[in-house]
Amino acid sequence: MIEVLDAKIFLIAVTVLVGLGVFFGALLGFAAEYFTSEQDPVVEQIDQLLPQTQCGQCGFPGCQPYAQSIAEGDAINKCPPGGQTTINAIAKLLDITAIPLDQEHGEESARTIATIREDECIGCTKCIKACPVDAIVGAAKLMHTVIADECTGCDLCIDPCPVDCIDMIPVKADITEWYWPAPERTAEILAVPQLSGNQT
Amino acid sequence: MSKLWTIPGGIYPADQKSQSQAQAIGSLPLPDKLLIPLYDHHTGELKLTVAVGDKVKKGQRLTGLNQVSAQHAPTSGWISAIEPRLIAHPSGMTALCIEITTDKKDQWIDQIGYPDYYNLSGAQIREVIAKAGVVGMGGAGYPTAKKLHQAAEAHVDTIIINATECEPYITADDMLIREHAEEIIQGIDIVRQAINVKTKVIIGIENNKPEAIAILKQQTKHTDIEVLSFPTKYPSGGEKQLIQIVSGNQVPRDKRPTDIGILCLNSATIFAIKRAVINGEPLISRVTTVTGGACTINRNYHTLIGTPVEFLLRHNGFDNEKCSGLIMGGPMMGINLSSATVPINKTSACILAPDHYEMPERQAEQACIRCGLCEDVCPASLLPQQLLWYAKAENHERLEAHNLFDCIECGACAYVCPSNIPLVHYYRNSKGSILNANREKVVSDQAKQRFEFRKARLLNAEQARKEKRQSRQLMMEATAAELTNDGQNTGTDAAAIIKAAQLRVLNKQASPQKKIAQLERTLLSAQKRVEEAQQRLNEAIASGSAEQQAQQRASLESARQKQVKTQQRLAEMKAQ
Repeated sequence: MIEVLDAKIFLIAVTVLVGLGVFFGALLGFAAEYFTSEQDPVVEQIDQLLPQTQCGQCGFPGCQPYAQSIAEGDAINKCPPGGQTTINAIAKLLDITAIPLDQEHGEESARTIATIREDECIGCTKCIKACPVDAIVGAAKLMHTVIADECTGCDLCIDPCPVDCIDMIPVKADITEWYWPAPERTAEILAVPQLSGNQT
Repeated sequence: MSKLWTIPGGIYPADQKSQSQAQAIGSLPLPDKLLIPLYDHHTGELKLTVAVGDKVKKGQRLTGLNQVSAQHAPTSGWISAIEPRLIAHPSGMTALCIEITTDKKDQWIDQIGYPDYYNLSGAQIREVIAKAGVVGMGGAGYPTAKKLHQAAEAHVDTIIINATECEPYITADDMLIREHAEEIIQGIDIVRQAINVKTKVIIGIENNKPEAIAILKQQTKHTDIEVLSFPTKYPSGGEKQLIQIVSGNQVPRDKRPTDIGILCLNSATIFAIKRAVINGEPLISRVTTVTGGACTINRNYHTLIGTPVEFLLRHNGFDNEKCSGLIMGGPMMGINLSSATVPINKTSACILAPDHYEMPERQAEQACIRCGLCEDVCPASLLPQQLLWYAKAENHERLEAHNLFDCIECGACAYVCPSNIPLVHYYRNSKGSILNANREKVVSDQAKQRFEFRKARLLNAEQARKEKRQSRQLMMEATAAELTNDGQNTGTDAAAIIKAAQLRVLNKQASPQKKIAQLERTLLSAQKRVEEAQQRLNEAIASGSAEQQAQQRASLESARQKQVKTQQRLAEMKAQ
């Protein structure tokens, strides 16, 4: 009698456990199929932190490929337009130590935008083709101009220009975008007891 | 009498108001030049309707009207410049200003007032107010017509008139109420007309203005307007704070008072509304307190918008030696002025020129000792200490989690701080840097979108080219097949002619027999040429110079090569 009961309980237990296993297995299988993200979410997150100038100063053709490379273990300090702020943000995201900017890739500088000296432009369309964000308008043999709001200041239009008529102009501080600078940090005075050497 | 609530925190600075209350509101002579700032932080820069050299009359509109604070000429004269000038802004930066050289005639344009405003619809009254360029005169400068419009849309049931004036030194609203209470009551009626006649009205005023309270009570005796006075405490005059004191309700974050059924207007704004609607006077002048120990005369003035601060100071016995720093606004929230050339604007309630005793130099910041006084006085129930750590660490996430944006920058925390930490300065910097980061995020997202769009476009173009190439090839093959099928078609129409031509070309190219025949012909002529060359060489050997011989030998060689090549190709063709 006891043996029969035990066998029954055993069977029930096995059935239930197998059933649960099958059920959750199916659920996980379903989830893996339907909720996968096409891209690595870390790459996406790093890409979000990069300044999207698409300048290629990091040595990659755009911000997304660099994000991909960082996710695969590349150094995080190759982005001069993002500067230290971006490095810090990525370091925080990946929980690694922030390092200073690699000067090999360029120096952190004030934001600039490209400006075409329009009367010197010969209308060769070379800069239009170079612009990664389509911020230059114009047509063959007609003057080109930069849409200032769309320009990321990536410098990529400078080299292709055969007559050198593109200047990178630093963006002027604007009263509408001004905000309070951080207060001057004075040395914080603390009452630290001075320990003399001969005390034990 | 309605119930009164209270706000958390708050401080009790010496109110310093009596100096400027001794005399009635005065008037000043016309300055030589007025400077009208066109910068408006609610809408950016305004559009101009005048140019340099234009003559303007008092009250003439200078800027276009698109639901923003329009600017008007405060007196008659001519426009002598439109250029960037220093304005009262904490950045100390310049912004576009209109300079009017006054002609001292003070000639008005034709004023159109509506003393019978009760015949107008709410929208019409709001339009009049918008055209008069009335903005909130308590400090924020929000366009009043816009606010009234929101109130009408939101079915507001309570209007709260802010006559609190909680900052020390300032007495502009107080004096205005004492002298123009009747007009303010009229203004309230106009506001009701502009949104809803049945709204409840409460005037909120601190109990340190007994004269103003008495006058208001007397004026409202026969109306349903309620005058509520409450104990003086800074910052009771903040919009959200006053609403909490008077109604007990808190305005949720990211919401406006109109969202909880309350419209809050400053008493000076109400006065400006009355003047705009009944007298047809746009907002070209305001009451400004000129006070502080560095001035011998402390008094309120009806001041034209655009009057340079230095003009006011000159008329009040200002002594630069004594002054420890010019402030526009009150000592708690005012803007430090870097120059006295800046003009009075619509929100300049006070010019404060304190002496060194009243406002000593700011002492060096020391380390936070965690006394917690700042937390006790915060009217928004924030944790100023925590905010300070995060501000110093530039930890934007934690700052937002600790509700940094609920800070009204009243300065109470910095006022009580025993370590002289400029807390509000830190918060302002953090707020700006967070907003700036958000702005940059928008820009970078846009750049990314454009970059990806371009990539997709280039890819599509490449794809399209490939497809085109393929389809062209397919078409050629199809035409060839078609032509060989009905090659005998000899119509007279253009299509048939083209087809026939294509067929000829195709036949020429395609048929191997013909090619072999052609090659055989070429071979024959090549053999002939070789023979000729051989003959010429023989002649040259017999009678010519060495140079001629070499020449003939070379031509023989090339003829032979051609012959060999043709023979090879012929053999290939035959093999196929």
